[in-house]
Amino acid sequence: MTSIQKPQVRHPGLPKNTLGYTKRDYEGAMSTLCAGCGHDSVTAALIQAFWELDLPPNRAAKMSGIGCSSKTTAYFMKQSHGFNSVHGRMPSVTSGASAANRGLTYIGISGDGDSLSIGMGQLCHAIRRNVRMLYVIENNGVYGLTKGQFSASADIGSTSKKGEANVQPPIDPALLALSLGATFVARSFSGDKTQLVPILKAGLMHDGFALIDVISPCVSFNDHEGSTKSYRFTREHEVEMTEVDFVPIRHEITTADSDAAVTAVQMHDGTVMRFRKTDEGYDPNDREKAYAHVRACQMAGEVATGLLFIQRGGADMHAVARTVERPLVELPYSELCPGKSALDTLMDSYR
Amino acid sequence: MAPTNVNDPHHYHKVVDCQYACPAHTNVPGYLRLIAQGRYTDSYLMNRASNVFPGILGRTCDRPCEPACRRGRVDGKPVAICRLKRVAADLRDDITDQLPTAPAVKNGKRVALVGAGPSALTVANDLLPLGYDVTIYEKNAQPGGLMRVNIPSFRLPAKVLDDECGYIINMGATMKYGTEVSSMKALLAEGYDAVYVGSGAPKGKELDIEGRWDESAKPNIHIGIEWLANVHFEHVEKIGKRVVIIGVGNTAMDCCRTAKRVGATDVKVIARRSRKYFKASPWELEDAEEEQVAILENHAPKRFVIENGKLVGMEFEQLAWSEEGGKQVSKVAGTVIIPCDDVILAIGQDNAFPWIERDLGLEFDQWEMPVVDKVTHQSTRADVFFGGDAAWGPQNIIWAVEHGHQAAISIHNHCSAAPVTERLEYGMNLVSAKLGMQSWSYHNDFNPSPRQKMTHEELVKRFSSVNVEVELGYTPEQTALEVQRCLNCDVETHFTDKLCIECDACVDVCPVSCLTIAVVGDEADLRTRLSAPAANMTQDIFVSGALPQTKRVMVKDEDICLHCGLCAERCPTAAWDMRKFDLLVPYAGATLESIVSTHIASAGAAR
Repeated sequence: MTSIQKPQVRHPGLPKNTLGYTKRDYEGAMSTLCAGCGHDSVTAALIQAFWELDLPPNRAAKMSGIGCSSKTTAYFMKQSHGFNSVHGRMPSVTSGASAANRGLTYIGISGDGDSLSIGMGQLCHAIRRNVRMLYVIENNGVYGLTKGQFSASADIGSTSKKGEANVQPPIDPALLALSLGATFVARSFSGDKTQLVPILKAGLMHDGFALIDVISPCVSFNDHEGSTKSYRFTREHEVEMTEVDFVPIRHEITTADSDAAVTAVQMHDGTVMRFRKTDEGYDPNDREKAYAHVRACQMAGEVATGLLFIQRGGADMHAVARTVERPLVELPYSELCPGKSALDTLMDSYR
Repeated sequence: MAPTNVNDPHHYHKVVDCQYACPAHTNVPGYLRLIAQGRYTDSYLMNRASNVFPGILGRTCDRPCEPACRRGRVDGKPVAICRLKRVAADLRDDITDQLPTAPAVKNGKRVALVGAGPSALTVANDLLPLGYDVTIYEKNAQPGGLMRVNIPSFRLPAKVLDDECGYIINMGATMKYGTEVSSMKALLAEGYDAVYVGSGAPKGKELDIEGRWDESAKPNIHIGIEWLANVHFEHVEKIGKRVVIIGVGNTAMDCCRTAKRVGATDVKVIARRSRKYFKASPWELEDAEEEQVAILENHAPKRFVIENGKLVGMEFEQLAWSEEGGKQVSKVAGTVIIPCDDVILAIGQDNAFPWIERDLGLEFDQWEMPVVDKVTHQSTRADVFFGGDAAWGPQNIIWAVEHGHQAAISIHNHCSAAPVTERLEYGMNLVSAKLGMQSWSYHNDFNPSPRQKMTHEELVKRFSSVNVEVELGYTPEQTALEVQRCLNCDVETHFTDKLCIECDACVDVCPVSCLTIAVVGDEADLRTRLSAPAANMTQDIFVSGALPQTKRVMVKDEDICLHCGLCAERCPTAAWDMRKFDLLVPYAGATLESIVSTHIASAGAAR
């Protein structure tokens, strides 16, 4: 909480994007999370990404479930659509929303509790269906809202604030997504916006389900000496696999890539995502190798970050289901509801 | 770039733009908070400690604080500091029992002050409580100097002057009114331990062009400051219908507005250059134009036009200005005659010291100005000091006050056989403003109100007499809003680098993007890599030491910080704190211990 709302005045030199908005126009309500919460930094990174991508706020939908993480959709893009769903049901609600209106940009914000415990099944099926959305897991390894019990992503040996060690093996959302066939898997850290912002932008432009696991420390319950999700631990154990640089379509690439390790990926709308392998031998286009590498890091007590895997051109939910091209809201009523005779014809075809 | 040394008072002092810009370093945010609490008397006294004449300055100050005010960079209009100062002065209770007093037993030192203007009165104000025997020589019958005879009473009522001069004089100064000092030698012969010259710059500049010395025209050509004094003394009670004022400084503004009150109906102010080069304060120009004074740009006086033994007008060259090699040059585009009945020359003032003999060990430079040390105000003769306009030519009242304070320190040192260069430096108190969780000892919310407009007396009524005050003062409602516009820049953002965990909370919450955690670099480079570019080079950037986890540094662009305290509220480790800064200004007779204890008392009062 803060004693005051954030004053509306802004720096007069703040740049505007092509829509005429400054970064501050993408803000939402004042955060009520604890001071220093990693989630607030993720919010700020999202705001930066939306602003840089010139995302029209009225064409976005913010989706969330329950938890500290799920509160954060209130803290950005106050002009956007949104749905704060039942605990863990955000992936399903988003699937439904996307089915009805494929014209919006879906931003799902979840946490390790919402996604890896109560909502695990929902998440798995959204990945399987390849729902076109940005899916951010704000991962802090604890249930902060209920005062710091271990969550499903807590590492073995990681201790609670009072010193008790966790004994159950963690679920790694990145490994989970890789094994389920996700087409975009990345991991980042709330304390490193230079890495996080380009990854968020790439995820937003991806033509399928984009999962980003963001280590987002809980300052109140999991930022202590024995934690493996603290600011200090993450900074000391982070191993960056790839360095992402996202180039929107209208920005000309002026510097030639002399670096052989740079790979350019054309996104579906013509924008280009470039990434540089910083880890020798890492191949983010090879699912099996990516899995093995991330798993090896996990076993070594390291945190693999960066763009871990990307596969372009996978069929998303709409392509698989061969749904109508336009959002339902844009269909004329006669097409949306063709009447009794059309229904009868359809029913006859099943006889 | 090396970490900023915030233990040096300079960094935080410079953040308080108004106080830094004020020659006397008046604690502006401090006294505005007192006004906000309705503690007008306390506010007045806090003002008086540094600027001595809050009521006078609240009406007439040149306001160096306002163009400097951070609020002006935030929403275009500075806080109306000067008007609020007047509120404190107008609404104060009787303060006589809270004023400094002179001790019953004197220190045996005698000091003579030449002139009873703002600088000399300030010297008296600082020296009388130390036990000095102070004698003030004043050529007029009343104190105030230029403040009384050159500032028209529709801007500064006599009552305000009488009160504030009286506070000082009543401490026990010996006043020699109607006594013009005609010989420095004779004055020194009276055995004073020190003499202070605060006699102003009393000589208006001449315009030596054709027709100026024509006998028939002379009665209708006036020197601005002399004419204003004559109106004040009621030697002049009227002027012609059509009046031309030459010059566009603040004296010209007083002249044109006074002319409107003594019979002129058509008043033109003539300037050589375009508006952006005008010397007058913007608000004085606005007030003159509100009174239907016409201001003509780019006209240079050529000659006085005299027909049939009478001044009938003035001829001007119309100038066209252009830039050549970075310099403004003018070309004459034509000439024009502006008909008029009277001309007032308001093109500047000179000092004149015919009364100082040149064989007293007092050196004068090539322009016949005394050689005076910029810091100590001492002349080349150890026991003679200069200040106010007498020292280096016309400035303004608030500078004269600061000269008085500095000269008083020197005189005290001189009389105590200490070197005049032995002066205490500014000190500071820095105390956390935290009262509890998200609770501060100041009102940290940003008030979006626009600057409040001063209500003016209606035109017909104000032209009826020279003595009708034009500005009516703020209403209580206006005062309440205007004080809330102050950003409390003296409640400083204080950073402790070893506590920072680099969570970015402060950077993310800052409404004006003034914080960045960055890899260190030199200043020019850092200024381009911040959350918002730090383009205002007059404002410093703060750089912390290396942060514990990544060895990056915290950078703050001081330019438009709102001092809202959100960085400190969102900081999980209290690395950011809001701390109330008090500049410790040494006055005559101060010791290191005494300034600290006085200011601790005043800081307590300011809560």
